[in-house]
Amino acid sequence: MSTRHTRVAGRLLVAPSVVLLFIWMIVPLAMTIYFSTLRYNLLSPGEERFAGFENYVYFLTDPAFKTALLNTLLLVCSVLVITIVGGTLLALLFDQQVFGRSIARLMVIAPFFVMPTVSALVWKNLLMHPVSGLFAWIATSLGFRPVDWFADWPLLSVTVIVAWQWLPFATLILLTALQSLDQEQKEAAEMDGAGALSYFRYMVLPHLARPITVVILIETIFLLTIFAEILVTTGGGPGLQTTNLAFLIYSQALLQYDVGGASAGGLVAVVLANIVAFFFVRMVGKNLEA
Amino acid sequence: MPRTQTLSRKAIMTVLVWAVAFLIFFPILWMVLTSFKTELDAFSVPPKFLGFHWTLENYSVVQTRSDYVHHAINSIILAGGSTLVALVFAIPAAWAMAFSPTRRTRGTLLWMLSTKMMPPVGVLVPIYLIYRDAGLLDTRTGLVVLLCLANLPIVIWMLFTYFKEIPKDILEAARMDGATTAKEIVFVLAPMAVPGIASTVLLNVILAWNEAFWTLNLTTSDAAPLTTFIASYSSPEGLFWAKLSAASTLAIAPILVLGWLSQRQLVRGLTFGAVK
Repeated sequence: MSTRHTRVAGRLLVAPSVVLLFIWMIVPLAMTIYFSTLRYNLLSPGEERFAGFENYVYFLTDPAFKTALLNTLLLVCSVLVITIVGGTLLALLFDQQVFGRSIARLMVIAPFFVMPTVSALVWKNLLMHPVSGLFAWIATSLGFRPVDWFADWPLLSVTVIVAWQWLPFATLILLTALQSLDQEQKEAAEMDGAGALSYFRYMVLPHLARPITVVILIETIFLLTIFAEILVTTGGGPGLQTTNLAFLIYSQALLQYDVGGASAGGLVAVVLANIVAFFFVRMVGKNLEA
Repeated sequence: MPRTQTLSRKAIMTVLVWAVAFLIFFPILWMVLTSFKTELDAFSVPPKFLGFHWTLENYSVVQTRSDYVHHAINSIILAGGSTLVALVFAIPAAWAMAFSPTRRTRGTLLWMLSTKMMPPVGVLVPIYLIYRDAGLLDTRTGLVVLLCLANLPIVIWMLFTYFKEIPKDILEAARMDGATTAKEIVFVLAPMAVPGIASTVLLNVILAWNEAFWTLNLTTSDAAPLTTFIASYSSPEGLFWAKLSAASTLAIAPILVLGWLSQRQLVRGLTFGAVK
């Protein structure tokens, strides 16, 4: 259909973006790979030397790596479970005909638009503070001892904050999907006397399978590199209890100035994210053809 | 079903929906309330919900401290600038791919998407070193470029999905009516493309405004946007919660409004068209 002329013009229009993104992707990545084979510390400049796989061996056998990986997985998985289960329930709830639904919906999606540093600090200081936080007051008035959240349950606290930020995202997407469910099918199921549970099991859940997968993939990509929430609340601590992979790499690069080690860690993160990205890109690709 | 039953069901559901909405919204509400308290009331146990001495003092303190305005301006420049630059590159690309797709278009689009999947920590070290050597650390220019590149794939994708929906026949109709190319663009294409571009701008401004990996790592003061400014309240000596709340309220208010306006487009933009 398109003529030679428009094809050439088209390529010229697309080229700048492609070139930009190509440089953006390939140059830093190549540098990361290169640095990862060097013994290179910013504190001793000019002493870089080839180190082979030393950094990888060092990074991967460092007990901190195991801890960080475990923390990353815990954080990602628990946030995923909370947001998917919670998001599905919320989407079902907000699909109901109720008074003032659109305003209530605005309230539910609001946390997604709050910048990470704000939500982390508001939760930490106004809600979870062991002395003057609201949770502490609720606990004391119910006769319990207030919990010192960030000291006793640091990873759980971070998880709660991150889940609060991402719950609206899951809800919004699942709700959008739910609203595209055929109204006539809904009525037909009701006429056939399908109970609420079997309706959910056989109609709603299959319909939501795809959007749920999308939510899982997108959230995973973002959750793998949660950073700001940890930086402003716990700084990775106490100890390494809230250090995830992203934070470990950050502290190795910008706190210990170990360029080689941080680069090796960065590549591990890239590989992890790519495993997830592979499935997501394939899924989007399928949709593109339809 | 009898009418009364559905009505009572609706009433129960309404209460439930509003209760849940209130619970999820509460941290934001609490922050806004705290921003009107004195520092003393903000600390008080038991907490004061509404019966406190309402004051605008925190806001005026936050405003008169010139560094808040400075950071707010940085936020506007970074979010607006990176969006505009991204548009300059993305509109022609998305336009070409939507209107004269080739065999390679699909592959190109998916490849662009895959660049967005790269975790920022993976390239933190080289970007930091490049920026240090080029003197781009803590500069607005450096951050605008970075945020632009980081979000370019999303911008192209979103524009592409919108442009694809513009019916192509309309161009032929305009041509038959004797419209010149210039007229075609101004009177036919632009009006149909503007809503899509506007939604894209909205989403991208939100993403860039809230971006907190690059801004925290690459800015300290000169180019620091609100994300970095708010983060400075995490230091132990800075226990000014009412002021933190006021600064936070100001920082999220404009974006909350934009976000509410763009909730539909958000789904489309963030899922790359995988959920409509």
